Amino acid sequence: MARAVSTRTKIGWTIAAWIVALLIFFPILYTIITSFKTEPEAISGFSLIPSGTLESYWEVQSRYNYFQPFMNSVIISVGSTVLALLVGIPAAWSMAFSPGRFTKDILMWMLSTKMMPAVAVLVPIYLLFRDWGLLDSRIGLTVMLMLINLPIVVWMLYTYFREIPGEILEAARMDGATLWGEIVYVLTPMAVPGIASTLLLNIILAWNESFWTIRLTTVNAAPLTAFITSFSSPQGLFWAKLSAASTLAIAPILIMGWFSQRQLVRGLTFGAVK
Amino acid sequence: MGNITLSNVSKAFGTTVIIPNIDLAIEDGEFVVFVGPSGCGKSTLLRLIAGLEDVSGGTISIDGRDVTNEAPARRKLAMVFQSYALYPHMTVAKNIAFPLKMAGESKEVIDKKVADAARVLNLSNYLERRPGQLSGGQRQRVAIGRAIVRQPTAFLFDEPLSNLDAALRGTMRLEISELHQQLKTTMIYVTHDQIEAMTMADKIVVLNAGNIEQVGSPMELYLKPANLFVAGFIGSPTMNLIKGEPAAKLGAATVGIRPEHLKLSTSEGEWKAKVNVAEHLGSDTILHVQSEIAGAMTVRADGGADIHHGNTVYLTPDPSRLHRFDKDGKAL
Ligand SMILES: Nc1ncnc2c1ncn2[C@@H]1O[C@H](COP(=O)(O)OP(=O)(O)O)[C@@H](O)[C@H]1O
Ligand SMILES: [Mg+2]
Repeated sequence: MARAVSTRTKIGWTIAAWIVALLIFFPILYTIITSFKTEPEAISGFSLIPSGTLESYWEVQSRYNYFQPFMNSVIISVGSTVLALLVGIPAAWSMAFSPGRFTKDILMWMLSTKMMPAVAVLVPIYLLFRDWGLLDSRIGLTVMLMLINLPIVVWMLYTYFREIPGEILEAARMDGATLWGEIVYVLTPMAVPGIASTLLLNIILAWNESFWTIRLTTVNAAPLTAFITSFSSPQGLFWAKLSAASTLAIAPILIMGWFSQRQLVRGLTFGAVK
Repeated sequence: MGNITLSNVSKAFGTTVIIPNIDLAIEDGEFVVFVGPSGCGKSTLLRLIAGLEDVSGGTISIDGRDVTNEAPARRKLAMVFQSYALYPHMTVAKNIAFPLKMAGESKEVIDKKVADAARVLNLSNYLERRPGQLSGGQRQRVAIGRAIVRQPTAFLFDEPLSNLDAALRGTMRLEISELHQQLKTTMIYVTHDQIEAMTMADKIVVLNAGNIEQVGSPMELYLKPANLFVAGFIGSPTMNLIKGEPAAKLGAATVGIRPEHLKLSTSEGEWKAKVNVAEHLGSDTILHVQSEIAGAMTVRADGGADIHHGNTVYLTPDPSRLHRFDKDGKAL
């Protein structure tokens, strides 16, 4: 009896989970489906079965250069993440292992910057970029995204480092490890999984960041987010091409995400599951 | 050599004083147990000796050398932590080898010493496993292995058995005692369990609220507790402490009598009492009784005693085994 109930509950939850997952995934799926339709097909109404044409891809590929925005996206997302780690690792480290009186306040303050809508600082940032000649430059955008994601990077790393038991570091000290030995043989191997999760999640966040990337670039530094936007131009609705461009834009990150699922789940749950 | 001397050592975290002032001399080769209730500062004192915490005042010296301001690694002490603190990403062999590697030993020396330690600790079949794949007792042994390979001046143990089940605790207690017989190295062992203290120690240091209440051999503490705290802490079941008229008759504020030093009779004796609970352990019988004159008491009778709940018994304390304490709790 008890067994029957628990099986039924399990099935119920499984179905619920699938429905939620499909609901979340559906827009992406429909984008991919639409990318294989012709333009008339795309606007003719709801249909899950495309004609399977590669027309949109050909046009996107031949009329617009996919490679440059793709490279820009790679450079900007990887660059900003690496920069954020370079700054974030020492910061999170010191906060986790030798917290001061204000550590908690600093962490909250950093997070609070994420509570403000980005548009609130659009004008000052835009003017700074203009005056420093950073508009439409990869360096400017990389630094910008690094700063945008830094609070999350520091928070994630802080949570991971806090999980490393202090007694293990003390054991290393008792075992005669120098500070260097402690870092190389004990801390780093234990911190690497957390750093890897942070890295992956932040590459994704930076890859998809579309507020600053669109507003601070025009041509040269424009990443894939700007590339997609150029297809939703006011001259007309090109849904199939827009979908093809979107699919091309998310494909690399989707593939990367697929291969690093385990690390990502750890990252998204912020180390809550061991 | 492994003489450790603490003089005027004190420790405060911020404004909270944990250890007001401690003087203590530990002789080479001794097995010293710090025992006391939870939160009394045992771990803090051990960590001060290890160098993992800085003293707030006083000096610590090892073999006559002042090490108060030296880093843990330079004190040549080995420590076994309560949580074992094994390196989770290293195999058992690598864990045990770690101190040797840090000391810059050659690979041959390391391999030989790790193999020796593994043999002594019954770990030879587990050398390639990770700590996560071991049982609690095996992890404990790895932690001990990591401590012994380096031949330290002294071993520090912080409640090493508290995460093990009762049976394993008994075996490990013996193993650690045997290890001490073999190595004859100074050991400082922290526990809140007075049975561990009594069974293992050459010398027990009873701590209470950061102060040393008494230092002595297990039998000294058992036979001559210096104060009420030690009297109540050492011995199992705990000593009966009687206040009021029966104590005043003996010229004390409190008198203490251990459960095993009460003569039991069903017909006559000094204190009449009613049995509440009788625990028949086979080897002995523990009686929890209520006496009109002396209050609630515990008595240890022989295993064969045919006494049950509701029986009336008479208790007579052995006068030579009575402990008398003044109103401040000091032994008279
Ligand atoms: N790093 C610390 N900061 C502040 N208080 C501490 C610290 N370490 C220990 N204490 C306090 O010191 C007291 C003694 O702790 P501890 O030495 O761990 O006790 P024991 O090992 O005897 O149980 C406790 O009240 C504990 O809260
Ligand atoms: Mg403790």
